[in-house]
Amino acid sequence: MAYENKDQVKIGLEIHIQLNKLNTKMFCGCRTDYQSDEPNTHTCPICLGLPGALPVVNKKAVECAIKVGLALNCKISEYTQFYRKNYYYPDLPKGFQITQYDYPIAHDGSIIIEGEDGERCVRINRAHMEEDPGRLVHEGSIEHSKYTLVDYNRSGVALLEVVTEPDLQSPKEARRFLDKLRNIIEYLDVSDVNLEGAVRVDANISIMGGQRSETKNISSHKASEKALLYEIVRQKNVLRRGKTVVQETRHFDEAREITVSLRTKEEAHDYRYFPEPDLVPFRIADLAPMIKETLPELPDAQRERFIAQYGIQEEHAKTLTAELKLATFFEEVLFKGADVMLASTWIADLLKGELNYRGKTIDSFSKTDLLEILSLLEKNKITEKSGIEIVRTLLDTQNQSVSRIVKGKGLLRIEGDEVTEMVKQAVEGNKDAVADYKNGKNEALNFIVGAVMKKTRGRADPKKVRELIIQQLHTTQAGINS
Amino acid sequence: MITWQSVPETKRFIETEGAAEAVHRCFERIKQNDFNSFITLNIEDALSVAEHASGGRLCGVPIAIKDNISTHGIQTTCASKILTGYIPPYNATVIERLEREGAVIIGKTNMDEFAMGTSTETSYYGAVENPWNGRCVPGGSSGGSAAALAGGEVPLALGSDTGGSVRCPASFCGVVGLKPTYGAVSRYGLISYANSLEQIGPMATTVADAALLFNVVAGYDKRDSTSVKKQFDTTEPLDMKGMKIGVPGEYFGEGMNSVVEKAVWNAVYSFEDLGAEYKEVSMPHTKYSLAAYYIIAMSEASSNLARFDGLRYGHHAEEGDCHTSFSKTRAEGFGDEVKRRILLGSYALSAGYHDKYYLKALKVRTLVKKDFESAFKTYDMLLAPTMPYPAFKLGEKIKDPLSLYLADVNTVPINLAGVPAVSVPCGFENKLPVGLQLIGDFFDEKTILQAAHKFENSTDFHNRRPGGE
Ligand SMILES: [Zn+2]
Repeated sequence: MAYENKDQVKIGLEIHIQLNKLNTKMFCGCRTDYQSDEPNTHTCPICLGLPGALPVVNKKAVECAIKVGLALNCKISEYTQFYRKNYYYPDLPKGFQITQYDYPIAHDGSIIIEGEDGERCVRINRAHMEEDPGRLVHEGSIEHSKYTLVDYNRSGVALLEVVTEPDLQSPKEARRFLDKLRNIIEYLDVSDVNLEGAVRVDANISIMGGQRSETKNISSHKASEKALLYEIVRQKNVLRRGKTVVQETRHFDEAREITVSLRTKEEAHDYRYFPEPDLVPFRIADLAPMIKETLPELPDAQRERFIAQYGIQEEHAKTLTAELKLATFFEEVLFKGADVMLASTWIADLLKGELNYRGKTIDSFSKTDLLEILSLLEKNKITEKSGIEIVRTLLDTQNQSVSRIVKGKGLLRIEGDEVTEMVKQAVEGNKDAVADYKNGKNEALNFIVGAVMKKTRGRADPKKVRELIIQQLHTTQAGINS
Repeated sequence: MITWQSVPETKRFIETEGAAEAVHRCFERIKQNDFNSFITLNIEDALSVAEHASGGRLCGVPIAIKDNISTHGIQTTCASKILTGYIPPYNATVIERLEREGAVIIGKTNMDEFAMGTSTETSYYGAVENPWNGRCVPGGSSGGSAAALAGGEVPLALGSDTGGSVRCPASFCGVVGLKPTYGAVSRYGLISYANSLEQIGPMATTVADAALLFNVVAGYDKRDSTSVKKQFDTTEPLDMKGMKIGVPGEYFGEGMNSVVEKAVWNAVYSFEDLGAEYKEVSMPHTKYSLAAYYIIAMSEASSNLARFDGLRYGHHAEEGDCHTSFSKTRAEGFGDEVKRRILLGSYALSAGYHDKYYLKALKVRTLVKKDFESAFKTYDMLLAPTMPYPAFKLGEKIKDPLSLYLADVNTVPINLAGVPAVSVPCGFENKLPVGLQLIGDFFDEKTILQAAHKFENSTDFHNRRPGGE
């Protein structure tokens, strides 16, 4: 079904990504691994904005930004320059933020996402660098706290801001874009996007007949979708009442799942951007080709390769490459000799499903365990049902091993004489069903299969059991006849 | 009382009497003069450092530091109420380099608040007397450093020059002051007024001492991204024969004192006598320099001074929420001239005016720079008056900011272009010193310092002392 976008929804996103995989901050040597440390222990004259201290650009951060720019198919500027964005806030120790304005590191790119009706090309306006402000801490809630504490540990951490054109047509597309961007960032290894506050989104949205609103500082992809869905409803309501949607900045109240107005266009800050005189413009054109060569395989390319090289299903390839760790897990399992089809199904469908159900990641499952399970499956030693039981047991209990579970639960497949004997007993013990079958009732056969499976606790191959029953029935028939 | 003044004389004194005694004499002299040249004296620390002085090019030599240069453990105020009580937890790069060479920091010198001024009258800590005439200003904004030198309080001082702040007081106090090429000296630790224009500059009573101090503090610093990877050696003597000197006519404009004009021309002829050739040269964009300078300097200042909100250090006014508290802190902490420049700078950068003022000023700056680049294709050095007149009276101009701004007419083009210039004494008017400005090509401090040295050797202006000592 074609997507109409009858409200002419236009969404543009600004995504701030903390480059928290860098060891040091954007303009000073302070370490970025402050998460579990005391407040204001990762600071120095530069990130505290002390008088006279000067910033020095972290070259690695610039390289990270170029990496992301290239991965988003952007052009890399020949020269790049930093600017000052002037405003007062207690978390901003210099009274301005060092950011970029003209001459951002990367510009004019695009990525393709799965849109409402087929592929959607989302243009990237720019990707630029800036410094993170400090963090305000309120005792209790903002409304009731008597004072505000400032922690400058975060102050000066390198941020990358990615700005899209308003090419997204629905909140769902916005979420898919964010997922994809996150995916690419993960593959590039420039940020641990799972850390608190590592990704923050500002979402611009307009509908037909109105101006755009900007919702600031949304902390998750899910919240972005919710904020945008709310904004469509709100803006439609405004228009329905015959009023106009005004340009304004809004804030997403995560608890109530609504947006509230922060300031209108008239109240907008004049940031008085001007070139940062303490940092001279510098040439990055020469860095780009070298960095391009070191770019890792990105999710799209890897997905295509998985399909072409391993012949796995497209859906499986998509699931596997939506998460770098899953894709790596898959390839490592293959490298250790697992069957491709078995591995792709088991990782992408079964294991991933069980992990999602438990809110766990692939980190909580061992490759050796999976290899053991796959090998048992391949050799027909256990049934698929037993395989799932092993996976669940491993995920839900500690200090377990595949062999111990198999032994403990008696999950090894029952074969040969043992099954034949059980079939024999079932045929003898279900005289009515046998009679029904002989009178042409084929369903009666299923009843006998069921009885055998119950007795083996699922450890026999139902197809084989069925064959054996038919065989048995025919021998007994022959016996009677003779 | 003090029998020494230059660095070599000081070193000789230290050899016989010891560095601690030299430092002790400095403090005595400061007390006796009472020019208000210092904001903070580093008495105990200086005496103990002097006692342990051992080695270095400035071993045991006392030095005064302008109070906008960060000194670890010593209050650094920029002569502003807003930074009262602020003790930096780190040293500026120049301080590290001085300490490495054994220099002894005597104290922090008075200045115009945040280096915004031409007379040292905007200091929160009060005005400074010119040692030549107590009713006159010492010039600014490094007025405390210049007065300390002229008053025989120290043999060396550091100033900073954003639009003439080293050269103007050097000229008014009859000492030597160098504004190095932009990027020659690290600004790390210099509390910014207008980052793209300013340099820390050496000040002394002789050209040789200023050159020595320059050689100690200059050179690349990885903590200042605008500092340049260059080695400086200004010690090699220069032959004046055949040297080409340009004299820019625009630097002898309206309102110039005729005695100053005569003194500068006499200096030009002295260079001719030394074998140089001179020619008058035109620098057509000079007349736009002042306007461009003030717009750029104020714009940068409006942003640089935003950090003084009282939240982390310095003066703090407690009132209401954080924004009210910021406003009150700044209202109480900054003086009128600083507020004026922050307001004008914010205006020049604001939406709707940014292109008209800030961007236009940047374009003028490029043209001014081109004037110098083309002049230095022909000439080795330019000569001009440092200031259009000698020191004026305390209180004479402070109520009229515009007339004060106009005093910088001959110094600001040098900062806009980024070239080096040194001011040396070249005469007297009404018993007040007159300064000659020697302007050099980018990173050619050597030429102007060597030429100034030759000039000094052929004249005796630098030997005269206030009060005829
Ligand atoms: Zn830091």
